[in-house]
Amino acid sequence: MQFMLLFSRQGKLRLQKWYVPLCDKEKKKITRELVQTVLARKPKMCSFLEWRDLKIVYKRYASLYFCCAIEDQDNELITLEIIHRYVELLDKYFGSVCELDIIFNFEKAYFILDEFLLGGEAQETSKKNVLKAIEQADLLQEEAETPRSVLEEIGLT
Amino acid sequence: MSDVVEKTLTALPGLFDSQTGAAKITNRLRQLVKSITELTSKHEEENLIKQELCAMKEQVSSPNTSMKQMREIMVRAMYCEMLGYDASFTYIHAIKLAQQGGVLEKRVGYLAVSLFLNEGHELLLLLVNTVLKDLQSTNLIEACMALTVVAQVFPKDMIPAVLPLVEDKLSHPKEIIRRKAVLALYKFYLIAPNQVQHIHGKFRKALSDRDPGVMASSLHIYLQLIRESPDSYKDLTGSFVTILKQVLGGKLPVDFNYHSVPAPWLQIQLLRILSLLGKEDQSTSELMYEVLDESLRRAEMNHNITYAILYECVKAVYTIHPKVELLEKAARCIGNFVLSPKINLKYLGLKALTYVVQHDAKLALQHQMTIIECLDHSDFTIKRETLELLFRITNAQNVTVIVEKMLDFLRGCNDEHTIIHLVGKVSELAEKFAPDNSWFIQTMNCVFSIGGDLLQQDVPNNFLRLLAEGSESKEEDDQLRLYAVESYLTVLKGHTSHLPQCFLQVMSWVLGEYAHLQGSVDRREVIRLLTQLLDQRSVSSETRVWILSALTKIPEGQTDLILHLAERLSSSQDTVLRQQAQELLHLSQDSQLHEWVLPRGAPWDAIEVDSSLSFLDGFVSEALAAGAAPYKPPHQRQEELCEDRALNLEPYSFSLPVSLSSCSITDRQSPTLLSVSSGLSGNSTELSQKAGSSTLILEGVKRVWGKDGYLPQKEATAPLVDEPSAAVQPPVQQEAAERTEPRPELSTRNQDKQQLASSLFVGLGVGSSVSLLGRSEAPPPRFRKKPRPHESSSSGTSEKSSGSSCRSSHHTTDIFLYGSFLEEEPATSKSAFDHTPKSTTANGLSQNKDTKEDKHANTSQIFGGDMVIVRPSTIQDKHPPSESSDLTALLPADLKDLPHSDVISLTSDPSLSLSSCRLFRDEALLLLIFISNCTETVIKDVAVQLTCEELKTASLRGNIVDCLEARSTSVCHYALLMDDPHTNVSFTGTVSYQTQPGHTNTLPFSGTLSTADFIRPLVLTTEEYGKLWLSLSHDVKQNLKLLTDAGDPLRTTLNALKDALQLHVVDIIGSEGIVACRLLSGAPCLLHCRVSGAALVMWLRSPHPALPDCILYHCQRALAHR
Repeated sequence: MQFMLLFSRQGKLRLQKWYVPLCDKEKKKITRELVQTVLARKPKMCSFLEWRDLKIVYKRYASLYFCCAIEDQDNELITLEIIHRYVELLDKYFGSVCELDIIFNFEKAYFILDEFLLGGEAQETSKKNVLKAIEQADLLQEEAETPRSVLEEIGLT
Repeated sequence: MSDVVEKTLTALPGLFDSQTGAAKITNRLRQLVKSITELTSKHEEENLIKQELCAMKEQVSSPNTSMKQMREIMVRAMYCEMLGYDASFTYIHAIKLAQQGGVLEKRVGYLAVSLFLNEGHELLLLLVNTVLKDLQSTNLIEACMALTVVAQVFPKDMIPAVLPLVEDKLSHPKEIIRRKAVLALYKFYLIAPNQVQHIHGKFRKALSDRDPGVMASSLHIYLQLIRESPDSYKDLTGSFVTILKQVLGGKLPVDFNYHSVPAPWLQIQLLRILSLLGKEDQSTSELMYEVLDESLRRAEMNHNITYAILYECVKAVYTIHPKVELLEKAARCIGNFVLSPKINLKYLGLKALTYVVQHDAKLALQHQMTIIECLDHSDFTIKRETLELLFRITNAQNVTVIVEKMLDFLRGCNDEHTIIHLVGKVSELAEKFAPDNSWFIQTMNCVFSIGGDLLQQDVPNNFLRLLAEGSESKEEDDQLRLYAVESYLTVLKGHTSHLPQCFLQVMSWVLGEYAHLQGSVDRREVIRLLTQLLDQRSVSSETRVWILSALTKIPEGQTDLILHLAERLSSSQDTVLRQQAQELLHLSQDSQLHEWVLPRGAPWDAIEVDSSLSFLDGFVSEALAAGAAPYKPPHQRQEELCEDRALNLEPYSFSLPVSLSSCSITDRQSPTLLSVSSGLSGNSTELSQKAGSSTLILEGVKRVWGKDGYLPQKEATAPLVDEPSAAVQPPVQQEAAERTEPRPELSTRNQDKQQLASSLFVGLGVGSSVSLLGRSEAPPPRFRKKPRPHESSSSGTSEKSSGSSCRSSHHTTDIFLYGSFLEEEPATSKSAFDHTPKSTTANGLSQNKDTKEDKHANTSQIFGGDMVIVRPSTIQDKHPPSESSDLTALLPADLKDLPHSDVISLTSDPSLSLSSCRLFRDEALLLLIFISNCTETVIKDVAVQLTCEELKTASLRGNIVDCLEARSTSVCHYALLMDDPHTNVSFTGTVSYQTQPGHTNTLPFSGTLSTADFIRPLVLTTEEYGKLWLSLSHDVKQNLKLLTDAGDPLRTTLNALKDALQLHVVDIIGSEGIVACRLLSGAPCLLHCRVSGAALVMWLRSPHPALPDCILYHCQRALAHR
């Protein structure tokens, strides 16, 4: 996979993950072009798109578009399922996920993505294992957070 | 209240104690997001973010900002960057956060780093230490984070620093760590394959990891490795098949199920690997038939995920060695895809069909109605894929319909990439299958006007070359040219302002060159039309140059018009135009000069261009003497560029020679008056013509348009039309079509469609279609980078070629032959390489039997593993020692027939004498060392040790002799491989022996080997040569001495080279010769030789950067020493 973009129906970018090194200008250009192209497509059309020398696989979930770029020899259908698995993971983590969850907790969404895909390849396809890894890290986060906020409160008072 | 605090804080950062704001800080992102959504205009958003970024900038540089605040700032910075604003001032702080923060901050810091920084970013160097520290951390989470970031962004140069740590993680008790380590190594492999070469063994361990996640991750690496060299991993086929079987059998934990399908990602990865392994390899394919069958059978459920697996399965079935049963099942599967009402599946069905029709064109026939429906589909993607499919089934009979469809599509398309792609295909089809002149010219007109200036330069160049070079029949050529002239005059009489520059250039060239063929047209009219173009604003200055040079060719008697024009242009601001106007003026006044400069109708190859630019030699040497840098050939410069940059990401454009060759067409009357290499004429023009269309697949179809122009009779033996079978619809298909799209005016519609079908699918009938099972005869070779010599043997060249193809699978006989020399056996370890004398005693007796048994095991070892496991064994010949020239008699019988060098004496002392002989085997150089006992007593424990850094020892035998009888000779075999070419390599070695027990003598020896010893002829046909030539990137060009002492200088020279270097002369055409060779069974090197005056212009190409130079060196030597 070359990159993954999440954007809203209004064309606002919600998440971007690039697995190939590109300069910022190029990234922006690609994002702009793709958002336009994908949003212009009608709902009944197929989820695949030939774009430049890449294949774009996209799917809409509620108000969010998930969009992946893959190489020609890759399997489009399985990419579609990668998107779906990612949505499932988000859903499980946030508890019926909505766009707002991703906007306000986008760093969490990134953490989940990094546990699921690494370097553009599926890292762990077991839903349980991905969530376990995330929860472990989160747990540590809370532990680290509690004593500090106590200290800060002391500092405040 | 909180808002007030918030605002004050933003405005006066640092004034307050940083802790005051901490409680509120987590809400800052929330507020930012909220306030952005409340804004109404882009402008307001920009202002707000600007403010935000300013505030953040001050905050990060304040010493009072805590790590926690920093983390929050980082999150906001990521958000701003996502919105497209530059927050690069935070990058360094992201690294700091990862370095100094607690686990919590670290996590955000690493995330920010991976989002902000690219692989090449210089700041990443600062991260290395942090990563090193975290990799060694006992905290699982920290190690995980470090591995995650390493697998995403890591500077290539710093890989060696972390590699040992990452490697260690492969044996970490936690599977998550192992998994991430495997993926990090995969990433390293992608960006710097050389650095992880030594851990291939560990990949195998990961493959057999008890955790399915780790095992699945290792498949990414294997897919990549196998894609690069499938032959080295054939031995793993069994393991992959077993894994797939286990997955299918539900042996994995239920966690890995996805919609109750067991580990689909894993399955797909395995199927891909298997198809790569089974490609063109019957015996390997046979191992996987069963599991593929099971895969096809198991995937029954109607869910996307099963279709994804099915699709991969179908692809695998069609890639590996065919099996009828499986093919039938796969074909049915494709049918399900194509007929599915789900559009995604339909698309995949089309894609599968496109893939499959290359093997079996009949399948397209079955689905013709669906294909036609898809052709009119409202979805652009579907349409395009359908055209791709049609392109693959085009033949001489349906070309007009298919090209028409493609042009229709192009007219409604505004995507640049699609246009370039498809227009190239149209022009390719037009060249290959054009039914007549007018259609060809008209189609090319469309290509030029639609493709316009997006066209790749080679399309117009090829077209012009085709017109210019013509065929044997001048009449036919002139007809085509005449038609072109007429057609262009008509075009130019219409509106010309919208025509693309490239089309105008083509037209002006053709008119300049061939307008005289058209007797009925007034020259003045042509001149007027061209001059008119000069006046148009939209015409670019480059095109003007083309037009002017066309005008220069036409005049003859129209001096008044020309004078007028030249005068007008002589005041032009464009210097090139001014110069051309001057030339035009002079030429038009001096008809003799005109005739001399621009001879009409002169044959193309008669034009002499000194492509070696020897007239500049004086200038160059002067410049060099004055301290100028010496010229570097393009490939060398490219390499240096590569070295400068850590990672080369952009594809390089075609290397210089190709672009040169593509301009050679204009070179006679080159409009820009550039002196362009015409090193390409005759044969090489055909090559470069192919270069033009190198992105397209030319195979599988007969050429109607070629170097020789339109070849209507010669190759018009196109397959018989099978119209009845195409026109008569199988009822099932028709029904299916009706089902998918019921329409009121069904009958008429259907009639139209059937008509279309019959015109689209002619020539695909049973009789003419490619039979899959007879694949060896039917489909012509597909474009491949690596030459497959066994193909050349099947296409009827010399028998020898099969010998050189020891890598191809079904040459078991060859392997059998060689097996005895590469005596490798897993049981003994590498230490046998050195001195383990005792192991050989038994082998000496049962040696013959042993080798036979080993042969089968050997082959898999030789071709499977990277490791060299060697068991030395001895041949003792009880011959009396004699003159070294007689030593060849000691060659084992099976080696006697191999070409070999003379026996040279290496060294000697009173008791032993050593001589060597080189035997040229196809895949290795055999260095035979004869050890002769010159004494009358027995010599014991003779051990030879040979070292050479540049060479690899594939196997050795007989290097240890327990007991060398008096006056006898023992032979020691070394099979040597050269991976990187060196002009000369020297080897050194020692022999140790005992004349008396306990008293060891050593005798050193040394010698040299040249690349020439490692060069083998590469047997291929002219066509294959052409294809290979185009796929090679590194080239070197040089003038060599031509041997003129005998009859035909070219032949003499090439034969001399052939004798000296074991080259294969592929073909000699006129003053050109093409020659091929390879470095053992590895990298090929192609040589293109052309006689130019008293010199031989030699142009070498190879995938290996150093090989051409090396071979050139030896060619020079060979010619100089005659």
